[in-house]
Amino acid sequence: MSAAIRCLVIAVAALALAPAGARAQPPIVRPPESGALPAQQLGRELFAGNCATCHGSRGDGVASRGPALRGVGRRAPDFYLRTGYMPLGDPHDQPERSRLQFREREIRALIDYVDSLGGGPSVPEPHPERGSVADGLQLFTEHCAGCHQVVAEGGVVTGARVPPLDQATPVQIAEAVRLGPYVMPRFSERAISDPELDSIVAYVRYAQDPDDRGGWGISHLGPFPEGMVTWLIAGTLLVATCVLIGERLRRS
Amino acid sequence: MRLRGWMIALLALFGMARRRRPQRQPRERIVAAGQPDPRAELIAIGLLLLAAAAAVAFVVFYALGFSTQALGGTLAGALALIAAALILAAKRLVVSEQLPGEYPEPEPEQQEALAQIVEESGSRLTRKRLLGLAAGAAGGSLGAALVAPAASLGPLFDTSSLYTTPWRRGRRLIDEAGRPMLAADIETDVFYSAFPEGASKDALGAPLVLVRLDPAALRLPAGREDWAPGGILAFSKICTHAGCAIALYRTPTFAPTQPAPALVCPCHYSTFDPARGAAVTFGPAGRPLPQLPLMVDGAGALRAAGNYSGAVGPGWSGVRSEPPA
Repeated sequence: MSAAIRCLVIAVAALALAPAGARAQPPIVRPPESGALPAQQLGRELFAGNCATCHGSRGDGVASRGPALRGVGRRAPDFYLRTGYMPLGDPHDQPERSRLQFREREIRALIDYVDSLGGGPSVPEPHPERGSVADGLQLFTEHCAGCHQVVAEGGVVTGARVPPLDQATPVQIAEAVRLGPYVMPRFSERAISDPELDSIVAYVRYAQDPDDRGGWGISHLGPFPEGMVTWLIAGTLLVATCVLIGERLRRS
Repeated sequence: MRLRGWMIALLALFGMARRRRPQRQPRERIVAAGQPDPRAELIAIGLLLLAAAAAVAFVVFYALGFSTQALGGTLAGALALIAAALILAAKRLVVSEQLPGEYPEPEPEQQEALAQIVEESGSRLTRKRLLGLAAGAAGGSLGAALVAPAASLGPLFDTSSLYTTPWRRGRRLIDEAGRPMLAADIETDVFYSAFPEGASKDALGAPLVLVRLDPAALRLPAGREDWAPGGILAFSKICTHAGCAIALYRTPTFAPTQPAPALVCPCHYSTFDPARGAAVTFGPAGRPLPQLPLMVDGAGALRAAGNYSGAVGPGWSGVRSEPPA
């Protein structure tokens, strides 16, 4: 195989394997000797290098680029940084779960820095062990399944993709419910109380690894693959039955 | 005793019916007479009657509101039993022979001969009438089972309930738990469901979606200037396309770079712009979601200020253009 063909094959394979919608994340800008900096200074310098273009150098936001971060507290930066939603290359893109580029110490320093801009809501502490999966299913159906599908596999809403919840941690689920990231609505404590939120988290944890009583979940994609399987199995059974009860005409 | 009397009367009737039949001239046979097989015949009759019983059970289960599994099981049972009876009849009851050859042109004589073949093929049957009755019972009750679910399609003769809604001027909005909804509690970026106080939540026109937008961003149609106190908007929750519940609210965290607010139906993605009176911006819906005018009473609770702006519910051939009563 010539080198040119090999390159072509590798390029095609790389294109086929690249996940749909994947975008180039901006590279992280780190201050020199970041490991040795005190946490407060590390947070300020990371913010200036990676966030200030859209959120403003003092976190006041930039019109048509990004929202102000004064008063968002620890809740929003904890969610957006630990899911990899931020940093975002183009402010008009939909933020998506991606590989974390910041290290744990850097994330903590950034959260402390954003919180120091004006205080605000804290990181929620859900207790899924106190919730009920059955109540959670009911609440999830009522409030979440319209977009995320009842098995939390995600989907679309016109103009945006709805993320699957397969990798969401209990804290991230609770944060998303209270924050309403991107175009998701927020849910106040009047709409979903904290005990109800515990049940929703318990249900999402269950849906991440459901116990398929039918034996085979077929990716939990719903009626289309189920219909295909039914047709293939039922069709084979019907043909087999015809062969069994019929007889072939023998021409003499 | 009475039952026995009825049965004797029924048998006598059948006997008379049989006797009244005119006797026909014996013809020359085409199909050799087969050996009667009363046992197979009884089994086939039994299978057909069981199929009829399963189909009747489907109708009864449907009427009593049993589970989908029970309905599916009885319907599948009826079809499987009829199939088994047909297989048994083909294998054991009908005289069969193999006639390879070209398809002949149909001629009257041959058609008569064909009719004769069909009739004589039944020579193994001894209880032809009972078998026919059992097949009729199975087919008839299966037909009834297939038609019965049509009752779920909605009101057949009286459609007046589609043109009235429980909303009246002054009726309070309550949440799922029955608590009155206060205007001060309604936040932006949150999606609420509301129902009429003191009326059924199940009526087509009852459920509402409630959202709050910046009053300066509203572009409502003319004549609705005071319908949204403080930017609080109420629309029918029933999609005007196919009647699904509007369950999606797209609300941007940061408006300049993200899609505009929209109410979206999860069934076919009809998308409505709440700021413009739920005008359709995408999808198959043909008309906006009907808007309910709101007002705030002295205690701060939200109340309806009238009825909807248009007909509630899915689009269908009889939908009216005027607002509901």
